[in-house]
Amino acid sequence: MHITKDLVAASAMPLVLGILTEGESYGYAILKQVNDLSGGQLEWTDGLLYPLLHRLERLGHVESAWETPPAGRRRKYYRITDQGRAELAEQRRQWATVVDALQGVWSTSQSIKLIKAPAWESAG
Amino acid sequence: MTVDSNHDLDSQIAEWRSYVHRRRELHYTDVEELEDHLRSRITELTEAGLRADEAFLIAVKRMGSLDELSREFAREHSERLWKQLMLPGEPDLPAARSRRELPVMVICAAVAALAIKVPSLFGLNLDDEGAFYLSNLSFFALPPLAAYFVWQRRLSPRVIGALAGLFILGAVAANAYPLADDSQSLVLTAIHLPIALWLVVGVAYVGGEWRSQRRRMDFIRFTGEWLIYFVLIALGGGVLTAFTVGTFRAIGVDAETFIQSWLLPCGAMAAVVVAAWLVEAKQSVIENMAPVLTRVFTPLFAVALLAFLVGIIWTNNGIDVERDALILFDLLLVIVLGLLLYAISARDPAARPVLFDRLQLVLVVIALIIDVFVLVAITGRITQWGFSPNKTAALGENLILLTNLAWSSWLFFGFVRNRMPFARLEQWQTRYIIVYFVWAWTVVLAFPPVFGFA
Repeated sequence: MHITKDLVAASAMPLVLGILTEGESYGYAILKQVNDLSGGQLEWTDGLLYPLLHRLERLGHVESAWETPPAGRRRKYYRITDQGRAELAEQRRQWATVVDALQGVWSTSQSIKLIKAPAWESAG
Repeated sequence: MTVDSNHDLDSQIAEWRSYVHRRRELHYTDVEELEDHLRSRITELTEAGLRADEAFLIAVKRMGSLDELSREFAREHSERLWKQLMLPGEPDLPAARSRRELPVMVICAAVAALAIKVPSLFGLNLDDEGAFYLSNLSFFALPPLAAYFVWQRRLSPRVIGALAGLFILGAVAANAYPLADDSQSLVLTAIHLPIALWLVVGVAYVGGEWRSQRRRMDFIRFTGEWLIYFVLIALGGGVLTAFTVGTFRAIGVDAETFIQSWLLPCGAMAAVVVAAWLVEAKQSVIENMAPVLTRVFTPLFAVALLAFLVGIIWTNNGIDVERDALILFDLLLVIVLGLLLYAISARDPAARPVLFDRLQLVLVVIALIIDVFVLVAITGRITQWGFSPNKTAALGENLILLTNLAWSSWLFFGFVRNRMPFARLEQWQTRYIIVYFVWAWTVVLAFPPVFGFA
Protein backbone atom coordinates (compact mmCIF):
# COMPACT_ATOMS: atom_id res chain seq x y z
CA MET A 1 0.00 0.00 0.00
CA HIS A 2 1.26 3.44 -0.88
CA ILE A 3 0.40 6.27 1.49
CA THR A 4 0.13 9.62 -0.25
CA LYS A 5 2.69 12.32 0.31
CA ASP A 6 0.24 14.76 1.89
CA LEU A 7 -0.86 12.26 4.46
CA VAL A 8 2.72 11.35 5.31
CA ALA A 9 3.56 15.03 5.71
CA ALA A 10 0.53 15.72 7.90
CA SER A 11 1.18 12.82 10.24
CA ALA A 12 4.93 13.34 10.47
CA MET A 13 4.90 16.01 13.15
CA PRO A 14 2.66 14.21 15.69
CA LEU A 15 4.53 10.97 15.03
CA VAL A 16 7.92 12.51 15.74
CA LEU A 17 6.67 14.37 18.81
CA GLY A 18 4.97 11.24 20.06
CA ILE A 19 8.11 9.15 19.67
CA LEU A 20 10.14 11.78 21.50
CA THR A 21 7.78 11.70 24.53
CA GLU A 22 9.29 8.29 25.27
CA GLY A 23 12.71 9.83 25.71
CA GLU A 24 15.40 11.63 23.73
CA SER A 25 16.37 10.13 20.41
CA TYR A 26 18.21 10.81 17.17
CA GLY A 27 17.16 10.93 13.55
CA TYR A 28 17.88 7.39 12.48
CA ALA A 29 16.29 5.84 15.58
CA ILE A 30 13.16 7.98 15.13
CA LEU A 31 12.86 6.82 11.55
CA LYS A 32 13.26 3.17 12.58
CA GLN A 33 10.55 3.59 15.14
CA VAL A 34 8.15 5.17 12.64
CA ASN A 35 8.84 2.19 10.42
CA ASP A 36 8.13 -0.29 13.22
CA LEU A 37 4.99 1.49 14.37
CA SER A 38 3.48 1.50 10.91
CA GLY A 39 4.54 -2.04 10.17
CA GLY A 40 6.74 -0.76 7.38
CA GLN A 41 3.80 0.92 5.61
CA LEU A 42 4.78 4.53 6.31
CA GLU A 43 7.70 5.24 3.99
CA TRP A 44 9.61 8.43 4.55
CA THR A 45 12.40 9.75 2.43
CA ASP A 46 15.16 9.51 5.01
CA GLY A 47 16.67 12.92 4.49
CA LEU A 48 13.41 14.81 4.85
CA LEU A 49 13.12 13.94 8.52
CA TYR A 50 15.88 16.41 9.33
CA PRO A 51 14.31 19.60 7.98
CA LEU A 52 11.23 18.58 10.01
CA LEU A 53 13.29 18.14 13.17
CA HIS A 54 14.91 21.50 12.57
CA ARG A 55 11.52 23.11 12.17
CA LEU A 56 10.29 21.59 15.43
CA GLU A 57 13.42 22.90 17.08
CA ARG A 58 12.92 26.38 15.69
CA LEU A 59 9.31 26.39 16.91
CA GLY A 60 10.56 25.34 20.34
CA HIS A 61 8.79 21.96 20.41
CA VAL A 62 12.06 20.08 20.72
CA GLU A 63 15.59 20.92 21.74
CA SER A 64 18.76 19.33 20.51
CA ALA A 65 22.27 18.60 21.70
CA TRP A 66 25.30 16.97 20.16
CA GLU A 67 26.51 14.06 22.22
CA THR A 68 29.51 11.83 21.76
CA PRO A 69 29.26 8.38 23.29
CA PRO A 70 32.56 6.97 24.70
CA ALA A 71 33.12 4.78 21.66
CA GLY A 72 31.23 6.18 18.76
CA ARG A 73 30.68 9.15 16.53
CA ARG A 74 29.13 12.47 17.38
CA ARG A 75 25.36 12.35 17.13
CA LYS A 76 22.62 14.95 17.44
CA TYR A 77 19.95 14.03 19.99
CA TYR A 78 16.52 15.59 20.16
CA ARG A 79 14.43 15.98 23.29
CA ILE A 80 10.80 17.12 23.54
CA THR A 81 10.05 20.32 25.49
CA ASP A 82 6.99 21.16 27.60
CA GLN A 83 5.75 23.27 24.76
CA GLY A 84 6.21 20.26 22.48
CA ARG A 85 4.09 18.10 24.81
CA ALA A 86 1.34 20.72 24.78
CA GLU A 87 1.54 20.82 20.99
CA LEU A 88 1.30 17.04 20.81
CA ALA A 89 -1.80 17.07 23.05
CA GLU A 90 -3.37 19.66 20.77
CA GLN A 91 -2.50 17.67 17.64
CA ARG A 92 -3.90 14.57 19.25
CA ARG A 93 -7.24 16.29 19.82
CA GLN A 94 -7.29 17.42 16.21
CA TRP A 95 -6.45 13.98 14.88
CA ALA A 96 -9.11 12.42 17.11
CA THR A 97 -11.69 14.75 15.58
CA VAL A 98 -10.53 13.91 12.07
CA VAL A 99 -10.53 10.17 12.78
CA ASP A 100 -14.01 10.38 14.32
CA ALA A 101 -15.32 12.24 11.31
CA LEU A 102 -13.70 9.75 8.96
CA GLN A 103 -15.17 6.84 10.87
CA GLY A 104 -18.58 8.45 10.49
CA VAL A 105 -17.95 8.74 6.75
CA TRP A 106 -16.74 5.14 6.45
CA SER A 107 -19.88 3.79 8.11
CA THR A 108 -22.25 5.81 5.88
CA SER A 109 -20.27 5.18 2.71
CA GLN A 110 -20.26 1.49 3.57
CA SER A 111 -24.06 1.51 3.34
CA ILE A 112 -24.02 3.58 0.14
CA LYS A 113 -21.62 1.17 -1.44
CA LEU A 114 -23.85 -1.75 -0.41
CA ILE A 115 -26.86 -0.18 -2.06
CA LYS A 116 -25.08 0.97 -5.21
CA ALA A 117 -23.01 -2.08 -5.91
CA PRO A 118 -25.75 -4.20 -7.48
CA ALA A 119 -26.87 -1.28 -9.65
CA TRP A 120 -23.37 -1.08 -11.21
CA GLU A 121 -23.33 -4.76 -11.85
CA SER A 122 -26.59 -4.66 -13.70
CA ALA A 123 -25.50 -1.65 -15.71
CA GLY A 124 -22.22 -3.32 -16.67
CA MET B 1 33.50 -6.19 6.75
CA THR B 2 37.16 -6.24 5.84
CA VAL B 3 39.55 -3.39 6.45
CA ASP B 4 39.70 -2.79 2.71
CA SER B 5 35.97 -2.39 2.21
CA ASN B 6 35.88 -0.18 5.28
CA HIS B 7 38.40 2.08 3.64
CA ASP B 8 36.40 2.08 0.40
CA LEU B 9 33.28 2.98 2.29
CA ASP B 10 34.99 5.90 4.03
CA SER B 11 36.21 7.30 0.77
CA GLN B 12 32.75 6.85 -0.77
CA ILE B 13 31.18 8.68 2.15
CA ALA B 14 33.79 11.41 1.94
CA GLU B 15 32.92 11.84 -1.73
CA TRP B 16 29.22 12.01 -0.91
CA ARG B 17 29.91 14.56 1.79
CA SER B 18 31.88 16.84 -0.49
CA TYR B 19 29.08 16.57 -3.05
CA VAL B 20 26.46 17.52 -0.47
CA HIS B 21 28.63 20.35 0.85
CA ARG B 22 28.24 22.17 -2.42
CA ARG B 23 24.66 22.97 -1.47
CA ARG B 24 24.83 26.10 0.58
CA GLU B 25 21.39 25.39 2.07
CA LEU B 26 23.06 22.56 3.97
CA HIS B 27 25.40 23.64 6.70
CA TYR B 28 28.31 21.69 8.02
CA THR B 29 26.39 20.37 11.03
CA ASP B 30 23.46 19.32 8.84
CA VAL B 31 25.77 17.29 6.66
CA GLU B 32 27.30 15.76 9.77
CA GLU B 33 23.85 14.78 10.97
CA LEU B 34 22.96 13.33 7.59
CA GLU B 35 26.25 11.43 7.48
CA ASP B 36 25.49 9.89 10.85
CA HIS B 37 22.16 8.78 9.42
CA LEU B 38 23.82 7.40 6.32
CA ARG B 39 26.32 5.42 8.37
CA SER B 40 23.59 4.03 10.65
CA ARG B 41 21.64 2.88 7.59
CA ILE B 42 24.72 1.31 6.03
CA THR B 43 25.57 -0.52 9.26
CA GLU B 44 22.07 -1.95 9.40
CA LEU B 45 22.15 -3.03 5.78
CA THR B 46 25.57 -4.67 6.02
CA GLU B 47 24.50 -6.50 9.16
CA ALA B 48 21.59 -7.82 7.12
CA GLY B 49 24.16 -9.31 4.74
CA LEU B 50 24.69 -6.69 2.05
CA ARG B 51 28.12 -5.74 0.75
CA ALA B 52 29.41 -2.33 1.82
CA ASP B 53 29.13 -0.72 -1.61
CA GLU B 54 25.60 -2.05 -2.12
CA ALA B 55 24.60 -0.79 1.29
CA PHE B 56 26.08 2.60 0.46
CA LEU B 57 24.08 2.89 -2.76
CA ILE B 58 20.83 1.95 -1.05
CA ALA B 59 21.46 4.28 1.87
CA VAL B 60 22.16 7.21 -0.45
CA LYS B 61 19.07 6.41 -2.49
CA ARG B 62 16.89 6.27 0.59
CA MET B 63 18.26 9.63 1.72
CA GLY B 64 16.28 11.15 -1.12
CA SER B 65 17.33 13.32 -4.02
CA LEU B 66 19.68 16.10 -3.09
CA ASP B 67 17.54 18.66 -4.91
CA GLU B 68 14.49 17.77 -2.85
CA LEU B 69 16.55 17.70 0.30
CA SER B 70 18.11 21.10 -0.22
CA ARG B 71 14.70 22.51 -1.17
CA GLU B 72 13.29 21.32 2.15
CA PHE B 73 16.28 22.65 4.04
CA ALA B 74 15.95 25.96 2.21
CA ARG B 75 12.28 26.16 3.17
CA GLU B 76 13.16 25.62 6.80
CA HIS B 77 16.30 27.77 6.82
CA SER B 78 15.42 30.50 4.34
CA GLU B 79 17.92 32.80 6.03
CA ARG B 80 20.71 30.68 4.60
CA LEU B 81 19.93 31.87 1.12
CA TRP B 82 20.87 35.32 2.38
CA LYS B 83 24.46 34.92 3.26
CA GLN B 84 25.03 36.44 6.64
CA LEU B 85 28.43 37.98 6.77
CA MET B 86 28.45 38.93 10.41
CA LEU B 87 27.66 35.44 11.67
CA PRO B 88 30.69 33.60 12.95
CA GLY B 89 32.31 31.52 10.26
CA GLU B 90 31.22 27.96 9.81
CA PRO B 91 33.03 25.54 12.08
CA ASP B 92 34.61 23.79 9.11
CA LEU B 93 36.65 26.87 8.34
CA PRO B 94 39.24 26.53 11.06
CA ALA B 95 42.54 28.31 11.67
CA ALA B 96 43.18 30.36 14.74
CA ARG B 97 44.23 33.09 12.36
CA SER B 98 40.73 33.71 11.08
CA ARG B 99 39.55 34.06 14.67
CA ARG B 100 42.14 36.77 15.24
CA GLU B 101 41.16 38.42 11.98
CA LEU B 102 38.46 40.58 13.56
CA PRO B 103 40.50 41.86 16.54
CA VAL B 104 43.46 42.68 14.28
CA MET B 105 41.17 44.58 11.93
CA VAL B 106 39.65 46.47 14.87
CA ILE B 107 43.11 47.41 16.11
CA CYS B 108 44.17 48.64 12.67
CA ALA B 109 40.94 50.64 12.34
CA ALA B 110 41.44 52.12 15.81
CA VAL B 111 45.02 53.11 14.95
CA ALA B 112 43.75 54.79 11.79
CA ALA B 113 41.03 56.60 13.73
CA LEU B 114 43.42 57.82 16.42
CA ALA B 115 46.21 58.68 13.97
CA ILE B 116 44.25 61.60 12.58
CA LYS B 117 44.06 63.08 16.09
CA VAL B 118 47.80 62.77 16.76
CA PRO B 119 48.84 65.99 14.95
CA SER B 120 46.46 68.02 17.12
CA LEU B 121 48.52 66.91 20.14
CA PHE B 122 51.33 68.95 18.60
CA GLY B 123 49.13 71.95 18.05
CA LEU B 124 48.17 71.23 14.45
CA ASN B 125 44.41 71.60 14.60
CA LEU B 126 42.13 70.41 11.86
CA ASP B 127 40.48 73.81 11.54
CA ASP B 128 43.61 75.97 11.17
CA GLU B 129 46.05 73.65 9.43
CA GLY B 130 43.92 72.59 6.47
CA ALA B 131 46.92 72.43 4.13
CA PHE B 132 48.79 70.04 6.41
CA TYR B 133 45.83 67.68 6.67
CA LEU B 134 45.11 67.96 2.95
CA SER B 135 48.55 66.77 1.88
CA ASN B 136 48.93 64.21 4.68
CA LEU B 137 45.45 62.71 4.59
CA SER B 138 46.66 59.38 3.24
CA PHE B 139 49.14 58.85 6.08
CA PHE B 140 46.48 58.33 8.72
CA ALA B 141 44.55 55.41 7.26
CA LEU B 142 46.71 53.82 4.58
CA PRO B 143 49.66 52.68 6.76
CA PRO B 144 47.30 50.83 9.18
CA LEU B 145 45.54 49.34 6.15
CA ALA B 146 48.88 48.21 4.71
CA ALA B 147 49.81 46.86 8.15
CA TYR B 148 46.60 44.82 8.20
CA PHE B 149 47.52 43.23 4.88
CA VAL B 150 51.09 42.72 6.02
CA TRP B 151 49.75 40.74 8.97
CA GLN B 152 47.12 38.93 6.97
CA ARG B 153 49.37 37.94 4.06
CA ARG B 154 52.41 37.26 6.29
CA LEU B 155 54.65 39.37 4.14
CA SER B 156 58.38 38.92 4.10
CA PRO B 157 60.62 41.52 5.77
CA ARG B 158 61.91 42.57 2.36
CA VAL B 159 58.43 43.56 1.16
CA ILE B 160 57.68 45.24 4.48
CA GLY B 161 60.89 47.24 4.07
CA ALA B 162 59.91 48.29 0.55
CA LEU B 163 56.44 49.34 1.73
CA ALA B 164 57.84 51.34 4.63
CA GLY B 165 60.37 52.99 2.30
CA LEU B 166 57.65 54.08 -0.13
CA PHE B 167 55.48 55.46 2.68
CA ILE B 168 58.42 57.43 4.04
CA LEU B 169 59.23 58.71 0.55
CA GLY B 170 55.64 59.90 0.25
CA ALA B 171 55.76 61.57 3.64
CA VAL B 172 58.93 63.41 2.69
CA ALA B 173 57.44 64.56 -0.62
CA ALA B 174 54.27 65.78 1.10
CA ASN B 175 56.06 67.77 3.77
CA ALA B 176 59.59 68.66 2.69
CA TYR B 177 58.69 70.79 -0.34
CA PRO B 178 58.02 74.43 0.52
CA LEU B 179 54.50 74.60 -0.95
CA ALA B 180 52.29 77.60 -0.27
CA ASP B 181 48.85 76.88 1.15
CA ASP B 182 47.16 78.14 -2.00
CA SER B 183 49.59 76.62 -4.52
CA GLN B 184 48.39 74.35 -7.31
CA SER B 185 51.09 71.82 -6.45
CA LEU B 186 49.64 71.34 -2.98
CA VAL B 187 46.27 70.38 -4.44
CA LEU B 188 47.96 68.10 -6.96
CA THR B 189 49.90 66.37 -4.19
CA ALA B 190 46.70 66.02 -2.18
CA ILE B 191 45.06 64.26 -5.13
CA HIS B 192 47.96 62.14 -6.36
CA LEU B 193 49.59 61.03 -3.13
CA PRO B 194 46.55 58.95 -2.06
CA ILE B 195 46.59 57.28 -5.50
CA ALA B 196 50.32 56.62 -5.28
CA LEU B 197 50.02 55.21 -1.77
CA TRP B 198 46.88 53.24 -2.61
CA LEU B 199 48.97 51.41 -5.22
CA VAL B 200 51.60 50.85 -2.52
CA VAL B 201 48.83 49.32 -0.39
CA GLY B 202 48.14 47.23 -3.47
CA VAL B 203 51.62 45.73 -3.19
CA ALA B 204 50.71 44.65 0.33
CA TYR B 205 47.32 43.44 -0.85
CA VAL B 206 48.78 41.11 -3.46
CA GLY B 207 51.13 39.72 -0.83
CA GLY B 208 54.19 41.16 -2.51
CA GLU B 209 53.49 39.35 -5.78
CA TRP B 210 53.04 42.58 -7.65
CA ARG B 211 54.35 41.06 -10.85
CA SER B 212 51.53 38.55 -11.03
CA GLN B 213 48.86 39.69 -13.50
CA ARG B 214 46.15 37.63 -11.77
CA ARG B 215 46.90 39.22 -8.43
CA ARG B 216 46.86 42.67 -9.97
CA MET B 217 43.39 41.92 -11.30
CA ASP B 218 42.41 40.89 -7.77
CA PHE B 219 43.58 44.26 -6.58
CA ILE B 220 41.46 46.00 -9.22
CA ARG B 221 38.45 44.01 -8.04
CA PHE B 222 39.31 44.84 -4.45
CA THR B 223 39.54 48.55 -5.23
CA GLY B 224 36.08 48.63 -6.82
CA GLU B 225 34.44 46.73 -4.00
CA TRP B 226 36.28 48.78 -1.40
CA LEU B 227 34.97 51.99 -2.91
CA ILE B 228 31.40 50.69 -2.81
CA TYR B 229 31.71 49.59 0.79
CA PHE B 230 33.30 52.85 1.77
CA VAL B 231 30.42 54.79 0.24
CA LEU B 232 27.91 52.56 2.02
CA ILE B 233 29.65 53.10 5.34
CA ALA B 234 29.76 56.84 4.64
CA LEU B 235 25.99 56.82 4.05
CA GLY B 236 25.47 55.03 7.35
CA GLY B 237 27.79 57.53 8.98
CA GLY B 238 25.70 60.36 7.57
CA VAL B 239 22.57 58.93 9.19
CA LEU B 240 24.44 58.50 12.48
CA THR B 241 25.67 62.09 12.32
CA ALA B 242 22.22 63.48 11.57
CA PHE B 243 20.69 61.62 14.48
CA THR B 244 23.46 62.57 16.88
CA VAL B 245 23.13 66.24 16.05
CA GLY B 246 19.34 66.14 16.18
CA THR B 247 18.94 64.21 19.41
CA PHE B 248 21.56 66.21 21.28
CA ARG B 249 20.02 69.45 20.09
CA ALA B 250 16.75 68.25 21.57
CA ILE B 251 18.34 68.24 25.02
CA GLY B 252 20.09 71.53 24.41
CA VAL B 253 23.62 70.16 23.85
CA ASP B 254 25.58 71.19 20.79
CA ALA B 255 27.23 68.05 19.39
CA GLU B 256 28.54 69.66 16.22
CA THR B 257 32.02 70.35 17.54
CA PHE B 258 32.38 66.74 18.62
CA ILE B 259 31.17 65.53 15.25
CA GLN B 260 33.43 67.82 13.26
CA SER B 261 36.58 67.19 15.21
CA TRP B 262 36.06 63.55 16.23
CA LEU B 263 33.24 61.58 14.68
CA LEU B 264 33.76 62.58 11.05
CA PRO B 265 37.57 62.44 10.77
CA CYS B 266 38.06 59.39 13.00
CA GLY B 267 35.09 57.61 11.47
CA ALA B 268 36.28 58.22 7.93
CA MET B 269 39.78 56.93 8.71
CA ALA B 270 38.47 53.81 10.46
CA ALA B 271 36.05 53.23 7.58
CA VAL B 272 39.02 52.88 5.19
CA VAL B 273 40.21 49.81 7.11
CA VAL B 274 36.76 48.44 7.89
CA ALA B 275 35.69 48.65 4.24
CA ALA B 276 38.84 46.76 3.21
CA TRP B 277 38.14 44.08 5.79
CA LEU B 278 34.54 43.79 4.62
CA VAL B 279 35.66 43.26 1.05
CA GLU B 280 38.09 40.56 2.14
CA ALA B 281 35.61 38.86 4.44
CA LYS B 282 32.74 38.73 1.99
CA GLN B 283 34.59 38.24 -1.28
CA SER B 284 33.54 34.62 -1.60
CA VAL B 285 30.21 35.12 0.13
CA ILE B 286 28.39 37.83 -1.76
CA GLU B 287 28.41 38.63 -5.41
CA ASN B 288 30.72 41.51 -6.25
CA MET B 289 28.80 44.72 -6.69
CA ALA B 290 31.13 46.66 -8.99
CA PRO B 291 30.49 44.39 -12.02
CA VAL B 292 26.75 44.55 -11.36
CA LEU B 293 26.80 48.35 -11.34
CA THR B 294 28.93 48.22 -14.47
CA ARG B 295 26.29 46.18 -16.25
CA VAL B 296 23.61 48.65 -15.26
CA PHE B 297 25.52 51.81 -16.14
CA THR B 298 27.42 50.85 -19.28
CA PRO B 299 24.34 51.17 -21.53
CA LEU B 300 23.25 54.36 -19.77
CA PHE B 301 26.65 56.00 -20.13
CA ALA B 302 26.85 54.86 -23.74
CA VAL B 303 23.54 56.56 -24.49
CA ALA B 304 24.48 59.73 -22.59
CA LEU B 305 27.84 60.05 -24.34
CA LEU B 306 26.31 59.33 -27.71
CA ALA B 307 23.76 62.08 -27.10
CA PHE B 308 26.59 64.43 -26.13
CA LEU B 309 28.55 63.56 -29.27
CA VAL B 310 25.51 64.12 -31.47
CA GLY B 311 25.00 67.41 -29.62
CA ILE B 312 28.53 68.60 -30.44
CA ILE B 313 28.15 67.79 -34.11
CA TRP B 314 24.55 69.02 -34.42
CA THR B 315 25.01 72.40 -32.75
CA ASN B 316 28.54 72.77 -34.08
CA ASN B 317 29.42 74.36 -30.73
CA GLY B 318 33.03 73.99 -29.72
CA ILE B 319 33.66 72.58 -26.27
CA ASP B 320 34.14 75.34 -23.74
CA VAL B 321 37.56 74.52 -22.37
CA GLU B 322 37.47 76.91 -19.46
CA ARG B 323 39.17 76.08 -16.19
CA ASP B 324 37.56 72.84 -15.11
CA ALA B 325 36.62 71.35 -18.47
CA LEU B 326 39.76 69.26 -18.83
CA ILE B 327 39.39 67.81 -15.35
CA LEU B 328 35.75 67.03 -16.08
CA PHE B 329 36.70 65.11 -19.20
CA ASP B 330 39.52 63.37 -17.34
CA LEU B 331 36.93 62.17 -14.86
CA LEU B 332 34.73 61.05 -17.73
CA LEU B 333 37.57 58.94 -19.08
CA VAL B 334 38.17 57.55 -15.60
CA ILE B 335 34.52 56.49 -15.44
CA VAL B 336 34.64 54.89 -18.88
CA LEU B 337 37.85 53.13 -17.91
CA GLY B 338 36.23 52.02 -14.66
CA LEU B 339 33.26 50.60 -16.53
CA LEU B 340 35.66 48.76 -18.80
CA LEU B 341 37.83 47.49 -15.95
CA TYR B 342 34.99 46.13 -13.87
CA ALA B 343 33.35 44.52 -16.84
CA ILE B 344 36.69 42.82 -17.54
CA SER B 345 37.18 41.88 -13.90
CA ALA B 346 34.01 39.82 -13.79
CA ARG B 347 34.25 38.31 -17.23
CA ASP B 348 35.05 34.73 -17.98
CA PRO B 349 38.06 35.11 -20.29
CA ALA B 350 37.03 32.04 -22.27
CA ALA B 351 33.48 33.22 -23.05
CA ARG B 352 32.57 34.28 -26.59
CA PRO B 353 31.82 37.94 -27.31
CA VAL B 354 28.21 38.91 -26.61
CA LEU B 355 26.08 41.98 -27.21
CA PHE B 356 27.26 43.59 -23.98
CA ASP B 357 30.87 43.48 -25.23
CA ARG B 358 29.88 45.34 -28.39
CA LEU B 359 28.08 47.92 -26.28
CA GLN B 360 31.21 48.31 -24.20
CA LEU B 361 33.27 48.82 -27.33
CA VAL B 362 30.83 51.47 -28.55
CA LEU B 363 31.08 53.26 -25.20
CA VAL B 364 34.88 53.30 -25.31
CA VAL B 365 34.99 54.51 -28.91
CA ILE B 366 32.52 57.35 -28.26
CA ALA B 367 34.52 58.41 -25.22
CA LEU B 368 37.67 58.44 -27.37
CA ILE B 369 36.09 60.59 -30.06
CA ILE B 370 34.80 63.07 -27.49
CA ASP B 371 38.21 63.21 -25.87
CA VAL B 372 39.90 63.97 -29.18
CA PHE B 373 37.59 67.00 -29.53
CA VAL B 374 38.56 68.08 -26.03
CA LEU B 375 42.27 67.65 -26.68
CA VAL B 376 42.14 69.67 -29.88
CA ALA B 377 40.42 72.46 -27.99
CA ILE B 378 42.80 72.36 -25.03
CA THR B 379 45.98 72.33 -27.07
CA GLY B 380 45.10 75.77 -28.37
CA ARG B 381 44.68 77.03 -24.82
CA ILE B 382 47.97 75.63 -23.61
CA THR B 383 50.01 77.00 -26.50
CA GLN B 384 48.42 80.36 -25.72
CA TRP B 385 48.93 80.43 -21.94
CA GLY B 386 51.81 78.03 -21.29
CA PHE B 387 52.05 75.14 -18.87
CA SER B 388 50.90 75.38 -15.28
CA PRO B 389 51.12 72.42 -12.87
CA ASN B 390 47.34 71.91 -13.03
CA LYS B 391 47.16 71.97 -16.80
CA THR B 392 50.19 69.72 -17.20
CA ALA B 393 48.78 67.19 -14.76
CA ALA B 394 45.34 67.26 -16.34
CA LEU B 395 46.81 66.94 -19.82
CA GLY B 396 49.16 64.15 -18.77
CA GLU B 397 46.32 62.23 -17.22
CA ASN B 398 44.21 62.72 -20.27
CA LEU B 399 46.96 61.31 -22.48
CA ILE B 400 47.52 58.34 -20.19
CA LEU B 401 43.83 57.47 -20.17
CA LEU B 402 43.51 58.11 -23.88
CA THR B 403 46.38 55.76 -24.64
CA ASN B 404 44.88 53.09 -22.44
CA LEU B 405 41.42 53.39 -23.97
CA ALA B 406 42.69 53.63 -27.53
CA TRP B 407 44.70 50.43 -27.27
CA SER B 408 41.88 48.80 -25.28
CA SER B 409 39.39 49.56 -28.00
CA TRP B 410 41.78 48.10 -30.59
CA LEU B 411 42.14 44.90 -28.55
CA PHE B 412 38.42 44.90 -27.89
CA PHE B 413 37.71 45.28 -31.59
CA GLY B 414 39.91 42.28 -32.30
CA PHE B 415 38.12 40.30 -29.62
CA VAL B 416 34.63 41.16 -30.86
CA ARG B 417 35.68 40.00 -34.32
CA ASN B 418 37.02 36.79 -32.81
CA ARG B 419 40.56 37.65 -33.86
CA MET B 420 42.07 37.99 -30.41
CA PRO B 421 41.62 36.24 -27.08
CA PHE B 422 40.01 38.25 -24.33
CA ALA B 423 42.97 37.63 -22.06
CA ARG B 424 45.01 40.12 -24.12
CA LEU B 425 42.71 42.94 -23.01
CA GLU B 426 42.88 41.81 -19.42
CA GLN B 427 46.67 41.68 -19.57
CA TRP B 428 46.88 45.12 -21.10
CA GLN B 429 44.86 46.58 -18.23
CA THR B 430 46.81 44.85 -15.49
CA ARG B 431 50.14 45.81 -17.07
CA TYR B 432 49.02 49.41 -17.37
CA ILE B 433 48.72 49.76 -13.61
CA ILE B 434 52.44 50.40 -13.54
CA VAL B 435 51.85 53.52 -15.67
CA TYR B 436 49.44 54.92 -13.07
CA PHE B 437 51.97 54.12 -10.38
CA VAL B 438 54.79 55.92 -12.15
CA TRP B 439 52.60 58.91 -13.06
CA ALA B 440 51.17 59.39 -9.56
CA TRP B 441 54.64 59.30 -8.03
CA THR B 442 55.98 61.63 -10.71
CA VAL B 443 53.33 64.22 -9.93
CA VAL B 444 54.04 63.93 -6.21
CA LEU B 445 57.83 63.91 -6.41
CA ALA B 446 58.82 65.77 -9.56
CA PHE B 447 56.10 68.33 -10.24
CA PRO B 448 56.74 70.69 -7.29
CA PRO B 449 60.46 71.23 -8.07
CA VAL B 450 59.88 71.31 -11.85
CA PHE B 451 57.26 74.04 -11.54
CA GLY B 452 59.16 76.00 -8.91
CA PHE B 453 56.72 75.04 -6.12
CA ALA B 454 53.97 77.03 -7.78
